[in-house]
Amino acid sequence: MTEKQLMKGSEAIAEAGIRNGCRYFFGYPITPQNEIPEYMAKYLPQVGGTFLQGESEIASISMVLGASAAGARVMTSSSSPGISLKQEGISYMAGAELPCVIVNMMRGGPGLGAIQGAQPDYWQATRGGGHGDYRLLVLAPATVQEAVDLTYEAFDLADKYRNPVMILGDGVLGQIMEPVELPEAKENKAEKPWAVSKNYNRDRNIISSSYPQVEVLEQVNIRLHKRYDEIKNNEVRWDSFLLEDAEYVLVAYGTAARLAKAAVRMARKKGIKAGLLRPISVWPFPQQPFTELISQVKFFLTVELSTGQMIDDVRLAVGKARQVHHFGRLGGVLPLPEEILIKLEELAKEVG
Amino acid sequence: MNKINAFPQALVDVPMHYCPGCTHGIIHRLIAEVIDEMKILKETIGVASVGCSCFNYDYFNFDMVATAHGRAPATATGVKRVHPDCLVFTYQGDGDLASIGTAEIVHTAVRGEKISVIFVNNGIYGMTGGQMAPTSLPEMKATTAPYGRKTESTGYPIKMTEMLALQEGCVYAERTKISSVASIAKTKKAIKKSFELQLAKKGFSIVEILSTCPTNWGLEPLESIKWMEKNLEGYYPIGVIKDAKEGE
Repeated sequence: MTEKQLMKGSEAIAEAGIRNGCRYFFGYPITPQNEIPEYMAKYLPQVGGTFLQGESEIASISMVLGASAAGARVMTSSSSPGISLKQEGISYMAGAELPCVIVNMMRGGPGLGAIQGAQPDYWQATRGGGHGDYRLLVLAPATVQEAVDLTYEAFDLADKYRNPVMILGDGVLGQIMEPVELPEAKENKAEKPWAVSKNYNRDRNIISSSYPQVEVLEQVNIRLHKRYDEIKNNEVRWDSFLLEDAEYVLVAYGTAARLAKAAVRMARKKGIKAGLLRPISVWPFPQQPFTELISQVKFFLTVELSTGQMIDDVRLAVGKARQVHHFGRLGGVLPLPEEILIKLEELAKEVG
Repeated sequence: MNKINAFPQALVDVPMHYCPGCTHGIIHRLIAEVIDEMKILKETIGVASVGCSCFNYDYFNFDMVATAHGRAPATATGVKRVHPDCLVFTYQGDGDLASIGTAEIVHTAVRGEKISVIFVNNGIYGMTGGQMAPTSLPEMKATTAPYGRKTESTGYPIKMTEMLALQEGCVYAERTKISSVASIAKTKKAIKKSFELQLAKKGFSIVEILSTCPTNWGLEPLESIKWMEKNLEGYYPIGVIKDAKEGE
């Protein structure tokens, strides 16, 4: 393997894409993720790829749709307001069963909000985001190394399931610099017999999300739903920290998980048996580890950079068996681990 | 005996869903004949838009991508960048190209994207049931302009092809009509020229085709053609708007 190098999260994500055969990138500038398109603009031409700055996020995702339909490994990236604009194309791609990788470096909202990292788009990401009954496979890295590994893998997962995959990061992950080990550069050799191209030796291919016969569309919905079930069976990922004897379990993903982990360490020093459960795939959401933990745990505490969105999924997993509490800072404000610890201690005192 | 006419290979022999008197069928046939004549059936990728022609992938006998309302030029950009040697064209109506898709069509022309655009303009929304389009004529009645289009509140009809022709990346722009044998032949010639320019890698080109909508205009097919020539053509004169430069 290569030796470690210091890289910014956004640039490392772009490099990971190129290393797994991504040769097309269409995007529109928005802070805090501009380093991804900038990196692609610089390095894609060096490997025979194409970078194109679209006139809008809507145009960019429609270009992604075209390139994906044409059989290419293709990627786009944006941040919260821009991801909202891309929802039209994302829905069409889910309906037309087209693979692509979409990066959302979330920032504070709603509206224009602020450019600092936050986690207010969890619902949008994990519930499909656009119109129609569909899901994205959503992976939420917490470190630059994990962002590299998940982005690299995301292209294979998108092709495998013929579905868009989202890397759900935030402005902190996009801007932070950390040492990373980069995976080997591969050529994309994925067979795509369904794609449009020169077609000398096959019947014509049609790529469409349009099914005007309702009975046909119902069958498409059922088929897609089965594929989502397959994803649920195969692609659930999570990480744990000091859960073996934990009585108080913090639940957090991405940047919030790094802060929560620091709070867990501080709690342990004070003799509080805290642990961290960190979903890596936020859709599909890891339900099973919660079921296994319930008997030993007094309560769960989600730590999110929002008013509480993932907490819905935690409550679905835990049911009424245990209390699920929430702590978060909003709009791009990051909590100190000490703040999280204070909240944990307050709650622990209540249950005794 | 020499065969002088046959059903085009580039069309699928199925009944079309278009209304009686609609000119989409003629335009489909012209595109198919040009593709046959150029012998590029296996190298053509069409991009369907949203509107009455949104199911044209059922009729064209080559690879097709259907995309969102107005986004066909952007999707065609993605397709063309991956397959630069294929003929890539969009087929768009006036609601699609001149209203919701204005940003995409303008910037595709600005980039000089090497695609062809077939722009069918009948001054009204057909598929959704006769609503006002940006191309609807002043005082023209539509379901969302029941008292006629009022220019003081909704402006004047948009001239997209003239606007696109101003862009450096646009190498050829022509407006034709479907009304007679002669005008149909001219339209076919324009489509062929656009496709040839694309394959010669010259740049973006557009053929706007004035068309009818008997159903939503509330006119008989033949009356529709007369109305189109008298009214639509009066505002949208036919002819070459921008020609490919000599020697290019």
